[in-house]
Amino acid sequence: MMASSQVNGPARAVHSPAGWGLSLGRLFTQHPIASRLVSLGLFFLIWEIAGRVPISYAFPTFLETLSAFVTMLFDGSLFAAYGSTLQPLIIGIAISGAVGVALGIVMGLSRTAEWLVAPLFIVLQSAPMAALIPLITFVYGIGLAAKTLAVIMLALPVVVLNGYKAVRNANPSLVAMCYSFQGTKLQQIAKIIIPDASPVIFAGLRLGLAAGFIGVILAELLITPTGIGDLITYHRSVANYAEMYAAVVSIILVSTLTLAALEAFEVRVLRPEKRRG
Amino acid sequence: MTSSTASIHALPRAESAAVEVRSICKNYKEVEALRSIDLDFPRGKLTTLLGPSGCGKTTLLKIIAGLVEPTSGEVRVNGKPVTGPGPERAFVFQDFALMPWATVMRNVAFGLELKGMGKAERQSIARHYIAEVGLTGFEDKYPHELSGGMRQRVGLARAFAVNAEVLLLDEPFSAVDEQNRRKFQEDLLRLVEKERKTFIFVTHSIEEAVYVSDRIVLLSRRPSRVSQIIEPKVDRTASPDAIRRDQGYLDTVEEIWQGLKHYVD
Repeated sequence: MMASSQVNGPARAVHSPAGWGLSLGRLFTQHPIASRLVSLGLFFLIWEIAGRVPISYAFPTFLETLSAFVTMLFDGSLFAAYGSTLQPLIIGIAISGAVGVALGIVMGLSRTAEWLVAPLFIVLQSAPMAALIPLITFVYGIGLAAKTLAVIMLALPVVVLNGYKAVRNANPSLVAMCYSFQGTKLQQIAKIIIPDASPVIFAGLRLGLAAGFIGVILAELLITPTGIGDLITYHRSVANYAEMYAAVVSIILVSTLTLAALEAFEVRVLRPEKRRG
Repeated sequence: MTSSTASIHALPRAESAAVEVRSICKNYKEVEALRSIDLDFPRGKLTTLLGPSGCGKTTLLKIIAGLVEPTSGEVRVNGKPVTGPGPERAFVFQDFALMPWATVMRNVAFGLELKGMGKAERQSIARHYIAEVGLTGFEDKYPHELSGGMRQRVGLARAFAVNAEVLLLDEPFSAVDEQNRRKFQEDLLRLVEKERKTFIFVTHSIEEAVYVSDRIVLLSRRPSRVSQIIEPKVDRTASPDAIRRDQGYLDTVEEIWQGLKHYVD
């Protein structure tokens, strides 16, 4: 009895407020969300200070931007803008994801497909897409098709090339293992190659999604002023810098949340081992 | 004594070799890896392929497994020529070859999953072999949560689970630390005794070969040929520690070392 209380004594002391620095450190490692919030908070603080200095007349403080953001959220202008921005983005990303992953896998598996398709996407990836986007207008006008195409042009190459590299570099030892247990070619692809390649395929999808956001914003700035691109252009032209920054920040916010959702989906569905340690 | 001899004779093909290797040659472009290898692997025994590093012992094992095509020659398992991997053979990989995204349970049951066996059935078989290799309680762990030795136990359980007659082990302990390796070798001997399968084992450790093998095939340096076949006279009923101090064991290790020494630069 005595011994056990002695053993428990110091153990409890570790959890007491005496070890404050230690438990703060543990809070960050155990709750990555907390550390992210602190890092964001620091960034906003620096922004606020920089805005108050002020760096430039056109640079609003964090709090001004936040209040503009809240206003735009409640007057519905943000929702209306995203309503028209997200449509080409979602269609473009869905097409890029489906076509890109399929094409990447086929190219990874077949040398002939690689020869036929890979050079095109390598050229596309290095081409200055922003310069090509105005050209789309000549063919597809200024409607939904043009914006969707802008998204695909930016998103597809990175999705395809990542998928192809991931499949080509699938662990040969696991492929041999599947073969040695008499797995069929189809089982080899479905049960070994795709799960093994999935982290890189998903990295490609995440990069593709980020590129898709760039594509749709570029299209809205360069082709037709609609959606969130229009919101930025309009507020800049009337010198509502807080509103303009709020619109820009909202894009970062939406794109970050979408990427996080994609990552969560990947971990949950394809690579369950990453949920632990 | 007589009754046990009789029961062995009653088994089908008890006298014949489980695996026959007939004039196997393997060339990698200009490099001649194996030259005209002829070998019989007796049924129910553990035969080790031992030789200097880079001598092609793993290549020979992969040819037997059907993972590598020989340049010429033939391998027969139970009299049937090998054209690729088959259900009567199971392979244990040097680098474990475990799927990092699958639990121990799914990894062990993977050979059965590929055959299309139902989930309940294959899991009950897998659970049995997980227990056999001493991993009960780790069924839901992922490979990265296990030590090297435990990972290779998963690889061994996966090979046992498909109930192949011939188990091919490619340097299974080379990525396992020394202490775990000793424990693992002892467990392997127990499993060899219990499972009554034909084992073909590749290693570069002389001590390991003498400790676990019924028969040791010494391969020469490239181009590899069979240079000697040794049957260690080691009393395996003794305790593992007694075996490692046994004079027969030590003499055999020394004999093999004398034979191999001139291959080492």
